[in-house]
Amino acid sequence: MKESRLAFPPALARIVSRLPQTPPAAVLAFALDRLLFPRLPLADLETLLEQPLRIEVSDLGLRLALTLTRQGFRPLPLYVAPRLTLRATARDYLALLRREEDADTLFFQRRLVLSGDTELGLLVKNTLDAIELEVPFLPHLH
Amino acid sequence: MPSSTSPVTGRRPELVCPVGNRAMLEAAIEQGADAVYLGFKNATNARNFNGLNFDEDGIARAIDTAHARGCRVFLALNTYPQAEGWTHWTSAVDRAASLGVDALILADLGLLAHARERHPELRLHLSVQGSATNYEALTFYHERYGIERAVLPRVLSLEQVAQVVRHSPVAIEVFGFGGLCVMVEGRCALSAYATGQSPNCHGACSPAKFVRWDETPQGLEARLNGFLIDRYAPDEPAGYPTLCKGRFAVGGHTYYAIEEPTSLNTLELLPRLIEIGVAAIKIEGRQRSAAYVAQVTRVWREAIDAALAAPQDFSPKPQWLAALDRVSEGASHTLGAYSRPWK
Repeated sequence: MKESRLAFPPALARIVSRLPQTPPAAVLAFALDRLLFPRLPLADLETLLEQPLRIEVSDLGLRLALTLTRQGFRPLPLYVAPRLTLRATARDYLALLRREEDADTLFFQRRLVLSGDTELGLLVKNTLDAIELEVPFLPHLH
Repeated sequence: MPSSTSPVTGRRPELVCPVGNRAMLEAAIEQGADAVYLGFKNATNARNFNGLNFDEDGIARAIDTAHARGCRVFLALNTYPQAEGWTHWTSAVDRAASLGVDALILADLGLLAHARERHPELRLHLSVQGSATNYEALTFYHERYGIERAVLPRVLSLEQVAQVVRHSPVAIEVFGFGGLCVMVEGRCALSAYATGQSPNCHGACSPAKFVRWDETPQGLEARLNGFLIDRYAPDEPAGYPTLCKGRFAVGGHTYYAIEEPTSLNTLELLPRLIEIGVAAIKIEGRQRSAAYVAQVTRVWREAIDAALAAPQDFSPKPQWLAALDRVSEGASHTLGAYSRPWK
């Protein structure tokens, strides 16, 4: 699976990681509010609400802090210590969202890193797997 | 779906696939599963993880979808109730019966008795968690509770499986692929030692709230309630954080002292399993994803059909093995106890 391991060049990550991270976090929160939030089973996600989360896109040098509230996703400042951190390349995140890759497979291969509260991590993973997600404009990887 | 049967036994083994959510159900049916197995969102099943499994409405929809496409639905209710939770488990049996599942997969004797008494029309399978490894035990379960199928624990050699199938009064289902458990299934107390909760009663080998992954200068550390299970070098494949698959220092050596983190893969034994007369081949992995179920079901559907069409010419295609290895724990596979030359 060489193709799916293609990543953005390291130089890009070095540059991006020095840029302010709050605007991208706000963009991500905005996108998740539109795409994901209406489909989330909030009743099942009580333990996730208001918890500081961090999503790192390793090949882009992005570290995005955000939280889920009853009203939607909110960006957080990076100095808030996360309860849960996820890290993968942009391509692997897309493959997961498109259901082309299995999260445990990526985890075994060390391409998906999960640290912090494992129970929250499993809840996030299983919730994303369970919702009927159609994201028509995500690029196909194959 | 082809309807060919084995020229030797006249049977066609059923492919039974794991389903933890709606997308997995769609994937399993799409790729040719003959049956799927699933569970309620609670401790009554052995894959009790947050966000996984189905509520009643979801199961009703799953049954409708599957039946419309010729696929059967089994419900795993295979943990052992404790005294304080008894009615929780019996009401799960009652709900499963009223939902119209094609079979209930049970392990506990009390629940088997409850199901037989209250729902005599309901088809019962003995779960792998029941840990019955000989035909005398299966005869008892059959005579006393009317079970019609049993799932064999992953501890028997191929010849032992053949012996059980030959004398069993009920149909036999075996594991074909997925996570491997070498314990006396349904009796494992390893995680109870570390966490106070066992898979048999709470439905998870390592309950997530006790699991901690930490990146340290020495490597990625997996801990279960503080017990160090393993430490992975940067490019080393990781495994599930279960005690049985940890590396421990024993007698001056640090190694997988109980079990290596690999997946069971019996693809190469397929013609023999069919010849022996196993009724069904089960794929492990309700905790995985639609991508996993699609990949694994596709390979096994193709392989079973190929083995039925021409058993003497059958050999596992390299691309099948590669596809299965890709999704395996530890990215490798083993024949487990099926091949045990030292017996």
